[in-house]
Amino acid sequence: MADNPNHPEENDEPKAGTTRRGFLSQLTFAGAGLTLAPLLGAASTKGSEPVLAAAAAAEITTVSLTINGKKHLLSLDSRMTLLDVLREKLSLPGTKKGCDHGQCGACTVLVDGRRINSCLMLAGMCAGLEVTSIEGLANRDQLHPMQHAFLKHDGFQCGYCTPGQICSAIGLVKEGHAHTDAEIKELMSGNICRCGAYQNIVAAIKEVQNA
Amino acid sequence: MAETFEQAEQAAALIKVTYEEQPAIVGLEENLTSAYKPAAGLGGAATQVTRGEAEAAFQSAAVRSEQTYTTPVYHHNAMEPHATIAQWEGDKLTVYDATQSVMGVKGLLSVTLGIPAENVQVYALYIGGGFGSKGFTWANTLLAPMAAKQFDRPVKLVLSRQQVFSTAGRRTQTVQKVSLGADSTGKLAAVKHATISETSFVDEFVETAGVATTMLYSTPNLDVSHELVRLNRGTPCPTRAPGEAPGTFALEVAMDELAEQLKIDPAQLRLINHADMEEQKKKQFSEKSLKECYQKGAEVIGWKNRKAEPGTLREGNYLVGYGMATATYPANRSASTAKATLFADGHAEILCGTQDIGTGTYTVMTQVAADAFALPPEKVKVKLGDSSYPKGAQSGGSQVSASVGPPIRAAALGAISKLIRLAIADPSSPLHGYKEEEIMADNGKIHLIKEPGRVETYVQIMNRKGLDKLEAQAKTNVSTRPSTPAPAPAGSPEAKAEEESKANKAVQEDEKMDRKDYAFHSFGAHFVKVLVDPDLGMIKIDRIVGVMDIGTVMNLKTATNQIMGGMIFGIGMALMENTQYDPNNGRVVTRDLAQYLVPVHADIPEIEVHFINKPDTFISPIGARGIGEIGITGITAAIANAVYNATGKRVRDLPITPDKLIS
Amino acid sequence: MEPFKLIRVHDNQAAIRTALMAGSRFIAGGTNLIDLMKLHIETPKQVVDINKLPFSGIEELPDGGLRIGALVKNSDLAYHPVVIKKYPVLSEALLSGASPQLRNMASVGGNLMQRTRCPYFYNTDFACNKRNPGSGCAALTGYNRMNAVLGTSDHCIATHPSDMCVALAALDATIHVQGTKGSRLIPFGEFHRLPGQTPHVEHSLLPGELITHVDIPGMSYSYRSHYLKVRDRASYEFALTSAAVLLDIRGGRIQKADIALGGVGTKPWRAVPAEKVLNGASADLQTYRAAAEAALSQAKSYKDNAYKIELAKRTLVRALTTAAAIS
Ligand SMILES: Cc1cc2nc3c(=O)[nH]c(=O)nc-3n(C[C@H](O)[C@H](O)[C@H](O)COP(=O)(O)OP(=O)(O)OC[C@H]3O[C@@H](n4cnc5c(N)ncnc54)[C@H](O)[C@@H]3O)c2cc1C
Ligand code: SF4
Ligand code: FES
Ligand code: FES
Repeated sequence: MADNPNHPEENDEPKAGTTRRGFLSQLTFAGAGLTLAPLLGAASTKGSEPVLAAAAAAEITTVSLTINGKKHLLSLDSRMTLLDVLREKLSLPGTKKGCDHGQCGACTVLVDGRRINSCLMLAGMCAGLEVTSIEGLANRDQLHPMQHAFLKHDGFQCGYCTPGQICSAIGLVKEGHAHTDAEIKELMSGNICRCGAYQNIVAAIKEVQNA
Repeated sequence: MAETFEQAEQAAALIKVTYEEQPAIVGLEENLTSAYKPAAGLGGAATQVTRGEAEAAFQSAAVRSEQTYTTPVYHHNAMEPHATIAQWEGDKLTVYDATQSVMGVKGLLSVTLGIPAENVQVYALYIGGGFGSKGFTWANTLLAPMAAKQFDRPVKLVLSRQQVFSTAGRRTQTVQKVSLGADSTGKLAAVKHATISETSFVDEFVETAGVATTMLYSTPNLDVSHELVRLNRGTPCPTRAPGEAPGTFALEVAMDELAEQLKIDPAQLRLINHADMEEQKKKQFSEKSLKECYQKGAEVIGWKNRKAEPGTLREGNYLVGYGMATATYPANRSASTAKATLFADGHAEILCGTQDIGTGTYTVMTQVAADAFALPPEKVKVKLGDSSYPKGAQSGGSQVSASVGPPIRAAALGAISKLIRLAIADPSSPLHGYKEEEIMADNGKIHLIKEPGRVETYVQIMNRKGLDKLEAQAKTNVSTRPSTPAPAPAGSPEAKAEEESKANKAVQEDEKMDRKDYAFHSFGAHFVKVLVDPDLGMIKIDRIVGVMDIGTVMNLKTATNQIMGGMIFGIGMALMENTQYDPNNGRVVTRDLAQYLVPVHADIPEIEVHFINKPDTFISPIGARGIGEIGITGITAAIANAVYNATGKRVRDLPITPDKLIS
Repeated sequence: MEPFKLIRVHDNQAAIRTALMAGSRFIAGGTNLIDLMKLHIETPKQVVDINKLPFSGIEELPDGGLRIGALVKNSDLAYHPVVIKKYPVLSEALLSGASPQLRNMASVGGNLMQRTRCPYFYNTDFACNKRNPGSGCAALTGYNRMNAVLGTSDHCIATHPSDMCVALAALDATIHVQGTKGSRLIPFGEFHRLPGQTPHVEHSLLPGELITHVDIPGMSYSYRSHYLKVRDRASYEFALTSAAVLLDIRGGRIQKADIALGGVGTKPWRAVPAEKVLNGASADLQTYRAAAEAALSQAKSYKDNAYKIELAKRTLVRALTTAAAIS
């Protein structure tokens, strides 16, 4: 067998067969004899705008709400979720989208102090509510104790689930139903961490609970 | 081109695609007869490996175990979906991409779009997990630049979670037959491991599940083979420990079955068959402390409490079982380049075109650099994830630390050496006229070794010389791959670094080392205790102890976190994860995180990770082998073996769900 | 999502009037409706936000029972002291469902109305009679490990996903609704419909009708109740099988048993045949096993879900054993 079968570098070489084929195979229009440069050639022929199918126009809704202590009066496409408003409208990308369907917890924020999944919350339904996202936890340079504990216990790897984990953990402590490790784990189960930093997250939460 | 996400999503739903339908070829097990032998595995690896006379030796062995093990399709499901932002300015393309290789994306875009590489700038400053899925490049990375060109504006393209299941890679399904023959003392006479996995019709990807089997245990007779079946599915790609993860499930459960037939303790059977050398390549291991891993793991979990007879240990309503397995993963290293800069204000910077996908590369490389610069870590800024930096390794194959650590260290040492030489040459320096070897760096200062009072700070030297910065570059060409790395293109930053490295002592020492007689592998042992509710088939993992032999532990926190992460990925593989395709048309059915289950907090037991922490002096001066993948190897088998020990039920088909335990 | 008008209403009549307009949907927590709208499975033209209506209280009734507002959040109901003390089956069922975040959003009314999680229903690339009447049922010959074994038809084999509803079925809850013609009561067993030939008809609300409250009766023995849920992972997953049981045991004899099953039925499944076996019988394992056999005697399995029949029996036996041990 070849010396190093795990060949970690295959993507480094644009000419390496596996990668290019692997890549092209994922394009539905990849086929025999496809040459590469025309991909861009085709793309760069500007001009004829595609014919649009008749689509219903967006409905606008207005809402006033408080986000991280600041009042906002927003005029929005009624379809916008709180998550998309935070990320796309208000430049608060700290809250993450992992699934967009309530299945991962990456989008967890606190609304009137309670943790919720912002991907399933219409922004238009947040009138008069107080939203706290990860950006609103620190007091100037002073990290929130939960943020501090996550750092101390290395409660993350890639960090993508972390804003949701931290908001959820703050919600959990406030709810006051988790008294044992098993209860913390059960009541943090709405926050998936694919990197698997779970044990350290529990340690961070315990530290804050006991402080 | 939509202005908002809401618009884009609504518009996409209006597009009606019509297909000419043909019968789909969907199931692996239904199509095993169409298996063929692929020419090569991942990266050109051989797909058939033999030594001795495996079949004959197996047939005449005193004790034999032969079983088929199956693993389903798994999806990486990094929490961050695949995403690309592309922007053109004239001919120049800037891309922000969720990738495990900024350099790979740069090269690929240049080739596929037909534009010069220097016109492509790729950023991936932070990546929300990859696990292999972002090591290959998928449609989003190409479509975003194409759309940006067409509409002459920046374009952002993010895959939905559902799209991730169909368009961005996966781990392939496997059917593995493992045949073990042993003499009555347990010594392996023959090992056969035949894998059939699947790939798409448009590309070939081989999950080299038997790769660890070629070197994990000592045996004179071996036959490891891989075959492929083509199905109407998307192309698979590497997933955390491609090959080893499903492969060690089969091999390590087979070892447990053999141990039971032999009435030998499973840990003992591993010791009996310990490979003192890499028998296929006939090489020494650069460093191997696997025996200590077994010993320590057994001690910590309380292995002596295990009952050889399955189903005989109880705690309340639960049946209790203990299981163990060996973990292994090759230690990879590839050529990499880095640039180090000392600034006149006393801080330093490293630039390296690799990336941190959540494994802690920023942290660990800051330590390596701080150490070499002789500066506190707060004074060192490591910058990664930018394709304009000198070329670093791809994040894959657990190679980043071992690959980019040495050139980062060498570049930093190179900068300090330049500084020392400046002082020596400068008559106004207290160190004027001494030899470089007589001087050492410590905490932002250089001083004479035998007279520490003869000292000057980096800042003093640079200020006196009127320098605002001092740069050094290093390239280490060491690679654990068989092929020698291609020379850097003339005039490229890598070529310049290579030139400069000729005078860099650290690089020279590193490259001078003769590695051809060594095989580089990490090892470990997992020990697991499970509780099984026998009536309901529910499994509760109570405890996992992992002892890992990965060379030097550079940072205990990030290393522990990586191993735990691998183990938790393994819990998912063992107990719940699996992608289901519709048997009629072959589309993914379980295409979201409510149907494709990954472990949640409540699934996680008490996990303990221990390290042997013995430097591997052959892999690099730093002594560390990679750790991103070894944690997932062996763990599924350790869990399955523990479930068997608890219940007497041998499940050879992952995942082990309640329905399989009650049937 | 298709564009829609978001209409916030402040009184019941306005809500009902608006909901009578074609293509209207109430929204409470939104955790099911928004989910389905994102996938173009629900495409309302008007979304009527009912969160300002006065149905978020929990009151004790003279008979010792509880009146629960339709807008009460699942988490508030689960942790209500009276529910924890008198109706553990309900609290346990709620806490076994979804996640803390979702329970903080989800309402009682929305939970009653939540739609199936059948993967083919969730994917508009496939045929589904429930989503698109007459198009066929991809689950019948597809991957149907999670689908139902009780109450199925040749047109649909989708499981009812709710945990709360299984407890409410066992508790004989009554649903209060308000429509243009005033209020009426719907016994729990008549609220959800079997698929039959019309799997898209899931409940017995008339157009515009609004759920206002749910009553659960006072019961002397409801403290002796338990909800058990079996699943592939430890939390944040729908049931493979589940059982809600209440037992009135006196002197070792079961005076009355109230039993419902989840994860196996096309609606929250009241197991009347099991109750018949249990009522009057001695409270022991043999009785529980006989009851479990009776509960599943009509079950019909499909390609991937035969295990549910055995698993449901074991789930029920364990739930009965656990409940009987409560004092
Ligand atoms: C990832 C995930 C996991 C889940 N896991 C579980 C689980 O394990 N167990 C479980 O039981 N559930 C689970 N759920 C489902 C959850 O319980 C439901 O989504 C929730 O209960 C719906 O309540 P809601 O208030 O959010 O409903 P909404 O989404 O607001 O409404 C749902 C439907 O009910 C209608 N409706 C709402 N209120 C009224 C009313 N007062 N009168 C008339 N009609 C009304 C709406 O028009 C809509 O059609 C899960 C959900 C998700 C997303
Ligand atoms: S079982 Fe019901 S919901 Fe599922 S595909 Fe068939 S008709 Fe649709
Ligand atoms: S993005 Fe909201 S739960 Fe996953
Ligand atoms: S830290 Fe990567 S998903 Fe949690």
